[in-house]
Amino acid sequence: MENSIQSIPQNWYLILSSFMFCIGIMGVLFRRNAIIILMCIELMLNAVNLLLVSFSSYAGNAEGQVFVFFIMVVAAAEVAVGLALLVSIYRNIASTDINILSKMKW
Amino acid sequence: MTETIIQSSNLFLPTILIPLLPLIGFIINGLFGKKLGHASGWIATLVMFASLACSMFLFFNLPSGTTETVTLSNWFYFNDIFIPFAFLIDPLTITMLLVVTGIGSLIHLYSIGYMHHDEGFARFFTYLNLFVFFMLLLVMGNNYLIMFIGWEGVGLCSYLLIGFWFKNQAYNDAAKKAFIMNRIGDLGFLLGMFMMLYHFKSLNYDKVAIGAMSLGVNHITVVGITLFLFIGAMGKSAQLPLYTWLPDAMAGPTPVSALIHAATMVTAGIYMIARSNIIYSLAPHTLDVILIIGTATSLFAAIIGLLQNDIKKVLAYSTVSQLGLMFAALGMGAFESGMFHVVTHAFFKALLFLGAGSVIHALGGEQDMRRMGGLGKYIKITFLTFLIGTIAISGIPPFAGFFSKDEILASAFEHNKVIWGLLSFSSMLTAFYMFRLLYLTFSNSFRGTEEVKHHIHESPTVMTLPLIILAACSTVVGFIGLPPVLSHSHNFKNYLSSVFAQSKTILPAGHQMSHSMEWILIATAVGLAIVSIAFAYFKYVKQKQTPLEDEQLKGISKVISNKFYVDEIYNAVFVKPIMLLSDLFLVIIDKLVIDLLVHGVAFVTAQFGRGLRLLQTGHVGFYMFAMVISMIILLALQIFNIFNFLHI
Repeated sequence: MENSIQSIPQNWYLILSSFMFCIGIMGVLFRRNAIIILMCIELMLNAVNLLLVSFSSYAGNAEGQVFVFFIMVVAAAEVAVGLALLVSIYRNIASTDINILSKMKW
Repeated sequence: MTETIIQSSNLFLPTILIPLLPLIGFIINGLFGKKLGHASGWIATLVMFASLACSMFLFFNLPSGTTETVTLSNWFYFNDIFIPFAFLIDPLTITMLLVVTGIGSLIHLYSIGYMHHDEGFARFFTYLNLFVFFMLLLVMGNNYLIMFIGWEGVGLCSYLLIGFWFKNQAYNDAAKKAFIMNRIGDLGFLLGMFMMLYHFKSLNYDKVAIGAMSLGVNHITVVGITLFLFIGAMGKSAQLPLYTWLPDAMAGPTPVSALIHAATMVTAGIYMIARSNIIYSLAPHTLDVILIIGTATSLFAAIIGLLQNDIKKVLAYSTVSQLGLMFAALGMGAFESGMFHVVTHAFFKALLFLGAGSVIHALGGEQDMRRMGGLGKYIKITFLTFLIGTIAISGIPPFAGFFSKDEILASAFEHNKVIWGLLSFSSMLTAFYMFRLLYLTFSNSFRGTEEVKHHIHESPTVMTLPLIILAACSTVVGFIGLPPVLSHSHNFKNYLSSVFAQSKTILPAGHQMSHSMEWILIATAVGLAIVSIAFAYFKYVKQKQTPLEDEQLKGISKVISNKFYVDEIYNAVFVKPIMLLSDLFLVIIDKLVIDLLVHGVAFVTAQFGRGLRLLQTGHVGFYMFAMVISMIILLALQIFNIFNFLHI
């Protein structure tokens, strides 16, 4: 069975996806710009998507790929909500720095 | 199971270049169009001619009767469903390729002149290249899914180009109408594909045909699939009851009407059915439906065409009518005749539209024939080429339309005398309204204002050259398919014979018609055309009648000139009730139920939050940190099997 996904060994998918996931985590932890944090969360989601696709292809089971579609839909919905929140935050404090947000408490 | 990617064939490169070149043109024009200015038109035209050259290469290098599959990748591979991204090259594909790239490149050339003063020059060519790319994908794919990509893509480009002058709201509405009407048909296409996947586990043309053949004639599954596909074809090829978008689509620039709404996209439905000829042959019930709808459309549109006064609207209704004729041919199982008419029609209808564009260009945007007249003296080349197109569509020998139309009428005569009568009547009407158009536009004296008269000028060479080439083609292209009384070999039929060989064995064979009978049919068809031309001459040249203004119309002619009020009926039956229903839902479901629920939840949450947020630090960074640490802890627990250890 020849398949473009399987022309690359599975370990490489694991490594790439781990890297993507770690970059995402680092971004979430160290950046202060809320937009970048949102992007990093998307990156983490997509790292998982990549793994799901490769596992599903290697296992010959379509469910993993179907699941990826659901994740994409959820991610799109999440971005819509997230960006809407960001726009409204920006209108209020003229910044997307998350450190300023602590003032919202009062 | 394995489909390896074959690249050794010498047809590989030209095959992938054919759709790739317009795509490259699209990308260049799309990204740098503003900077390129008028060069973008030449780039778009150049890639089209290159694509035409590749198609010619395929035409001359594909051994006759063979099929070549060029696989680019294995696209889908799930369980037992396998869909490759592959192109199928056979005589039918090559016929369509030559039509699309050949007429496409001439229309690109023409557009350089026609759109010269338009501010959206580069945007126009970007869309046009994209359209050709999708159209080529549609005709080249080796399975229904690739066809569907092209199908949707040309629909999108049609939408973009009808609404090209988007500052005019009426044009936007026409674009939306075309898109939505096509959507209804596309749903049928999709359902057909789902059924194929469910029953045959494949979307490849050959596998579907094999699967259908194992089920036998008039099996409910095959009838269902073919009917659903035909609904798709109805939408795209503007058949009753989904035709109303095509006349409105004339809102787009005239080259668009010529390329998309006359020569190529609207024939996609006919191509699709010809491509699926085997499963259609296995479903005679569906063929009967196609025959009836095709005949009805042909007649209905021809009657409306009699009393239209907008030069492009007349041509639009004549396109609908001619498409109906092609569908009637398919419904009789005469697939070659249908395709033959697709080819000849593409030439003379593109010519007529471009000629109409040249007239509109000369008059500075006037489209109403009541304000034209006497143009033959001022714009000679346009007049002569338009005359050739008009004779060709009216079915006068030896011009192209005669041969293909005669062939369809001959099959109709064998198939069913009533159908033959109706189709002959519709051809007669065609001859009448086309010559009415010609006389009103080019004969007698000019009826417009002095200001417009002063402005009249022949179009530049980039516009007249395509007209001349198309006129030459409309004159000679019919000779590729001479009727049996004149020649023993029908070149076009022989060329396509390998495609339709299998369905010929399924369909009941028609007996050979006697030569005397055939002469009688030819004489009848030509006689009817000449009578109606003479009638048009008498009415519009001798008596110098001009069509009445809209307010003066009464009775049946008022009904016809208002297109039988079909749009109004659709509005009252479908659009208004849906609008009412959505208003109802808006007030009751949305405002009363959903809003109450959502606002209620938000209110409760906000009240809780007001008190509870004092417990939080508000440092988002810390929350993130806590989240990551928790994830790591969970992971560690999993790795060291602590859950197991704890018997949780």
